[in-house]
Amino acid sequence: MELAIFAIFAALALVSALVVVLHRDPVKSTLSLVVTLFATGVLFILLGAPFIGVLQVLVYTGAIVVLFLFVVMLLNLQREARRSEPGGRGQKVFAGLGAAAFLAFTAIALWRATGGAQTGPLAPDLVDLQSFAIELFGGYLLTFEVVGVLLLVAVIAAYIVAKRPEPASGSGGDSNPEGSR
Amino acid sequence: MSVPVSWYLVLAAVLFAIGTAGALTRRNGITIFLSIELMLNSVNLTLVGFSRLLEDRTGQIVVLFVLAVAAAEAAVGLALFIALYRHRRTIDLDRVNLMRW
Amino acid sequence: MTTQTVAMLAKLGAFLGILLTTVPVMVWFERRGGALMQDRPGPNRLGPFGLLQPLADVFKFIFKEDVMPREADRGLYLLAPVLAVMPAFSTFVVIPLGPTIDIAGQSIPMMVADVDTGVLLFLSLASLGVYGLVIAGYASNNKYSLMGSIRASAQMISYELALTLSVVAVLLPVESFRLDRVVQYQIDGLWNVIPQCIGFFVFLVAAFAETNRLPFDLPEAESELVAGYHTEYSAMRFASFFMAEYAAMTVLSALGVTLYFGGWHLPGVDLAALGIWGVLIGAGVLVAKICAFLFLFVWVRWSFPRFRYDQLMAIGWKVLLPLAIVNLLWVASAGLMGWL
Repeated sequence: MELAIFAIFAALALVSALVVVLHRDPVKSTLSLVVTLFATGVLFILLGAPFIGVLQVLVYTGAIVVLFLFVVMLLNLQREARRSEPGGRGQKVFAGLGAAAFLAFTAIALWRATGGAQTGPLAPDLVDLQSFAIELFGGYLLTFEVVGVLLLVAVIAAYIVAKRPEPASGSGGDSNPEGSR
Repeated sequence: MSVPVSWYLVLAAVLFAIGTAGALTRRNGITIFLSIELMLNSVNLTLVGFSRLLEDRTGQIVVLFVLAVAAAEAAVGLALFIALYRHRRTIDLDRVNLMRW
Repeated sequence: MTTQTVAMLAKLGAFLGILLTTVPVMVWFERRGGALMQDRPGPNRLGPFGLLQPLADVFKFIFKEDVMPREADRGLYLLAPVLAVMPAFSTFVVIPLGPTIDIAGQSIPMMVADVDTGVLLFLSLASLGVYGLVIAGYASNNKYSLMGSIRASAQMISYELALTLSVVAVLLPVESFRLDRVVQYQIDGLWNVIPQCIGFFVFLVAAFAETNRLPFDLPEAESELVAGYHTEYSAMRFASFFMAEYAAMTVLSALGVTLYFGGWHLPGVDLAALGIWGVLIGAGVLVAKICAFLFLFVWVRWSFPRFRYDQLMAIGWKVLLPLAIVNLLWVASAGLMGWL
């Protein structure tokens, strides 16, 4: 049963990841990312992290990717044209080979490290939500608060960067890409 | 029959490689950003996989923080894209080369 | 195991039954009830009190011509209604229909999804509802649809925050995400609407905004954007959006009832001791309370003018979010003092 669910959602994640990277239309890429993230969320639940899996769907697919979609539609991004720059094909080949080499290295290293053997049954302690919360707000409280401050800073920064420049000031310091920021 | 954790880890490695190839190859800024999110997601999968293997909850907690940081990064990055588009009328990162040779 | 399977099928049947019955009843009540509120008769030709109107609507939708704009993105255009309906229906699985009962020695909870992350699952599936709107508007290749869908998605994600914060305030004294614990907490104490009335107000307003109902229905307002994101959809596809909207209303009402009004609890009656009859009575009580909420939805729709878009966003961020935070602070301090 677990094998069937893993097979389906792993295949889904792989195929949609390929669509994200290969498709010309940014809207379709974004929607494929939604599918990938949702499939990964299900895999999290299979791995005994239901809280993280649900949180992934809630935060990542439900909010972050909506933001992406928003920006894509706002900017009305068109399908990417065929590459006209010389040497473009070489870059693609090189990137593909590099990624494949990295994949081989990582996959073999991970396989050797975990032995490819069966894991024991899922410890209920791992899945338990209350102990997760106790550990999070116990040992990791400072990190939690710092991440909260980081999010606040990100919100302020995003607002300032994306603000329409004032019509009165000539150059409008915000939108100058060479400005010191 | 339960699925060995190494399968999840290999899947994460494959997703990471796909994300890397995408980030290196595409011209459209948003698609590059999506590939980066793919990479972050595969790292999350690896973390949760190891958390399961080692019976330690630390992996899951770190994933929570990675999620939050990815959100912050997405917000700022997209704001940058909006500002870039407003100024240069393009997201094609090959055209944004003022600081190149 | 067979007891569990039978119980699961029965629960699935029950919840599908509730959802699929509410939709035609809402179709009828929206038009008839709304008309009576406006001192006009409304549909009264089909059957007594116009009760067969939804049937006629279904026939119309099935036989109407299915038009698709030529330049529309075909795959996304066909996908959008499915994506709109799916979250609306799937979120009902964490709502408890009645007390946990013992059948043949096994205790069977009355939720379809008996998971520890109850409400969180609800919120995560509900947050996927944005995609149906966004894709519908984008795929239609129509300026008004796109504007409607962008407005709708911005509105939905803004009000999701206030909704989630008010839900968190309810969960704080319960110390669990599970909705059956929330109901149990309310049975042992007061219904949550009394100590957390601010939270309930925030939840209610956010629920109106989440389902794109008046006074927050600018994304689909007829006088503003033709029909917003579902302008280019006809026949059964439009019916899917319709159904998704009413199902979302029902599901959010169910959540509101469970969080604030005690769910299946009938004050003064110990339903857990009544076994299977307790479950049936509890489900009936839950449905009655959901109907009261849906009446409120319709009542508000036909009573208020709609908000302008900037007013809408201002309310979501500058009024509801601070109110939700104040509510959370109040609940946290009351919990510390031992009142809750």
